[in-house]
Amino acid sequence: MGKAILLAMADASASSSGTKRHHGLVRLTHWLNAALLLGMIGSGLQIYGAYSHFGPRGDPYPLANPWDGHGFPKWARLGGWLAGGLNWHFALAWPFVITGLVYLVFLALSGEWRSLLFRPRDLRSAWQMQLYYLRLRREHPPQGKHNALQKLAYTSIVLLGVVATLSGFAIYKPVQLAWLTALFGGYELARYWHFVTVWVFVAFTLVHVILVFAVDPPSLRAMITGWYRGRFPSHD
Amino acid sequence: MTEPREGINRRDFLRLGLVAGPAGLVAACGWDGGPVLSSKLRSFSRVNDWVGEKVWLSGDRLAREYPISARTAVERFPAYSITFNKTGGYPGLERPDAWALEVKGLVRKPTRLTLPMIQMLPRLTYTVKHHCVEGWTAIGTWTGVPLSSIAAMVEPTPEARYIRFDTYDSGYYNGWDLASAMHPQTILAYAWNDQPLMINHGAPLRLYSPIKLGYKLTKYLTAMTFTRDRPGGYWEDQGYPWFAGL
Repeated sequence: MGKAILLAMADASASSSGTKRHHGLVRLTHWLNAALLLGMIGSGLQIYGAYSHFGPRGDPYPLANPWDGHGFPKWARLGGWLAGGLNWHFALAWPFVITGLVYLVFLALSGEWRSLLFRPRDLRSAWQMQLYYLRLRREHPPQGKHNALQKLAYTSIVLLGVVATLSGFAIYKPVQLAWLTALFGGYELARYWHFVTVWVFVAFTLVHVILVFAVDPPSLRAMITGWYRGRFPSHD
Repeated sequence: MTEPREGINRRDFLRLGLVAGPAGLVAACGWDGGPVLSSKLRSFSRVNDWVGEKVWLSGDRLAREYPISARTAVERFPAYSITFNKTGGYPGLERPDAWALEVKGLVRKPTRLTLPMIQMLPRLTYTVKHHCVEGWTAIGTWTGVPLSSIAAMVEPTPEARYIRFDTYDSGYYNGWDLASAMHPQTILAYAWNDQPLMINHGAPLRLYSPIKLGYKLTKYLTAMTFTRDRPGGYWEDQGYPWFAGL
């Protein structure tokens, strides 16, 4: 898959029509992140199965967990057993965090953050966009590279990545990073929040993929080749 | 000038990649990585061991202590041992009264310590949280002698980098880095919740520290050996992370 993406990137320079939408670094980190996140979740579900409860031993917290007492099916797990899951998780964590940092540094240096960061002034157009989606507004509101709801989604998912990473460190080093663990409400709660981020990631990804295919299929091509040929032109 | 291409063109290749990539990842699930990848992962785990010792570990940062009221109920505090896993019974000593801890290896003054000798040394008691690799926690009170006092007694040579701990629990053994072993909260414990250590918790003497995962806290001790080379460990040899510092 990596080779295909690289080929597609090379292909992009030969494309004649459409507008350039995504920098090569954004496309690379996007697909790397997708694969790494899948590995982090699979190995995480493997680790969860070793003790499928939250709270101290024998004294579960009153926290919502539909998977209490249940491991996950083999197809959803990576690592084969607890040690394997841990080794995958702690190995993939490096490229996962590095990919995220490379992406954020790129956004900061290139100025791209402006088209992605949701700010208070986007609230009004987010509402207009919501009306459009609910068919209460006829025309698609004018937008830049991304509409206000997309900005909200892409800002939230970066924050989710930060929460997932920090809660991971909080349960990895609860003594050396005791302040961080305390910030999440202690070890048992940090472990719970770390688990919750999985389901927010899964929900985000499902909606993200559904919207790509249902609303704007050419955006998939844009995330591969960099060139966008769809019906939502940027007003930037 | 265009020439007909043979085989698949770029676009087909791209489509193939889009299908094959996720399909490959899905097929990879429920998988341990195979002999090649899982051994690579275990080698990579050494990097995390190094970072754990050299970057994360602080020699003087203490784990939080809890009030006695926070203790986990006795019957809810899990206790694992290899012998119990295999036979359903606890490991036994042929002559419990003859037990002594052998302290040897790269030390100037190797020694044998009986339980009364150990109990005469200045003791440390703390109530701390126990973290199991499985994900559960439990709080208990431990009493013992700081490992650093034993080290001061036997005087390790400068080449000593690790300590190997041996047990009478079906070959269970373990290795520690010296930095973690010399942490002020790392003790050789002989009491739990104000009572003499029970057999399920590793009597007569076990290693304890709130700065490592439970599988590093070796029970049923018989010997500790200062070494230059890194000792393995019962679980670590099977793939569990070696450093396991918290």
